Amino acid sequence: MPDLGPHAAFIWAAYGVTLVAVAALVLFIVTDDRHQRRLLAELERQGVTRRSAKTATAKTSTVKPAASAKPKPASAKAPRARKPKA
Amino acid sequence: MSSAVALFRRDVLLAWREGGTTGTALGFYLVVVVLIPLGLGPDLNLLSRIAPGVLWVALLLASLLSADRIFHNDYEDGSLDVLAMGPLPLEVVAGAKSLAHWVTTGVPLALMAPVLGLLLNLPIEAYPLLMLSMLAGTPAVSFVAAIGAALTLGLRRSGVLLALLVLPLYVPVLIFGVATVSAASVGPASPWPPFLILCALSLASLVLAPIASAAALRTAMR
Amino acid sequence: MWNLANPTRFLSIADRIIPWLAGLTFLLLGIGLYLAFFVAPPDYQQGETVKIMFVHVPCAWLAMFGYTLIAIASIGSLVWRHPLADVAAKTAAPIGATFTFVALVTGSLWGKPMWGTYWVWDARLTSMLVLFLLYLGLIALWQSIEEPGRAGRAAAILAIVGFINVPIIHFSVNWWNTLHQPASIFRAGGPTIDPSLLTPLFVMAAGFTLLFVLLHLLAMRAEILRRRVHALRQMHVERAAAA
Repeated sequence: MPDLGPHAAFIWAAYGVTLVAVAALVLFIVTDDRHQRRLLAELERQGVTRRSAKTATAKTSTVKPAASAKPKPASAKAPRARKPKA
Repeated sequence: MSSAVALFRRDVLLAWREGGTTGTALGFYLVVVVLIPLGLGPDLNLLSRIAPGVLWVALLLASLLSADRIFHNDYEDGSLDVLAMGPLPLEVVAGAKSLAHWVTTGVPLALMAPVLGLLLNLPIEAYPLLMLSMLAGTPAVSFVAAIGAALTLGLRRSGVLLALLVLPLYVPVLIFGVATVSAASVGPASPWPPFLILCALSLASLVLAPIASAAALRTAMR
Repeated sequence: MWNLANPTRFLSIADRIIPWLAGLTFLLLGIGLYLAFFVAPPDYQQGETVKIMFVHVPCAWLAMFGYTLIAIASIGSLVWRHPLADVAAKTAAPIGATFTFVALVTGSLWGKPMWGTYWVWDARLTSMLVLFLLYLGLIALWQSIEEPGRAGRAAAILAIVGFINVPIIHFSVNWWNTLHQPASIFRAGGPTIDPSLLTPLFVMAAGFTLLFVLLHLLAMRAEILRRRVHALRQMHVERAAAA
């Protein structure tokens, strides 16, 4: 390890904080991702899919795609969103 | 235009009659300014140096106290839906209500500030500019507070959330407001450049903030 | 951009990109760290503490990059109604806030050996602190509104209002700083950065940026899946109730 001078502790602390923060971010996000996949697999196992339960075919990680992919209840209509600020 | 004026007058009257909106804000302003010397010690030199900053920060906090009621009452009883469907553009509605908040909260706080300045040993030379800077800056405070009120409409803990959302946006108003008063009390710089910037901020808020407030109201009412 | 509007399509593209992106990210960061610790010389004035710059500056850059990304996504969500725009905005906020926090802490740790105190109210650190508060406000708003449609629209408005205010805040903080600190503060890296320090800095900045994008894609994937789970559960309950 190179000699980092009299203030080495600060340098290590700075890199340490960065590493811990990045590691925590990675951990949170990856855990969340895995959790959601597990929940989806669980639901698929129970036969809950977007088409009727009978036509459930096994896909590995994603549920059956459908045209109206995600629940966006309010934006399904045609609202007048006016935000002409930019 | 007359309907906008009528809406403005209605809101001001409601605030007066409801009682306590202006009084609470003034009372809160007083309490905070009284706490400062109790916390920092009675050294008059120190107090006179921090007076401009304390008076402005306490003003911001006191203004935010009554901010979540700008749209709340009308939202609760359905009047906001009626106003949204009415002839007035929602931006004008938001603007009229923001103006009413300014008249019932911002202006009284600004007028009371010199009295509190006495408590903090603010130099007498600064008093006119203290009031002037606050009268010039509080429109920005009220109009931006309305954005926060519209965003947090109907939510729990909306008061605290509103403050968290809106206070960082007050940094420019605070900086130039305090600079105006400091320049007036201590010198040697002229107070007019920061004062003019403060006026510009208020004018910009008058025009732009209602657009954001109206957009936020629409998201809340869908 | 509109090719990615379909969430399933986005997911399949993301699934393919993520492993490569992860490899490239860690490669760049590895090279950057090696350059930082074994190649970059000590600074003439700051000594070895200049090495903190190699994490502080990329994090500060990401703080602003993140908020800009959120602002653009917010415009995409409100004006063009891109379906994934609010997912992008929502997931970028915690990542940006974390990098802002790291920028503040590393800036503070850099400041102690240089200026003698852990915190100075200089223009850039103060602006970064206000930016951190703006991030917190966005996250708080997302958390406080239960209905995701309203939450997305409200957060988009707040993000755009905040983004417009950032230059104004920056200008006012700079002005405030010159008012209170007539003596010039030692600027990060000195008046000019020696070229031997620039290469590690760019490599680290590039690595960090790719890291942001990687984390963002992962978080977007998780959020899309979360919404699917929610929708499926809702559908399941409705079917059970109808039966």
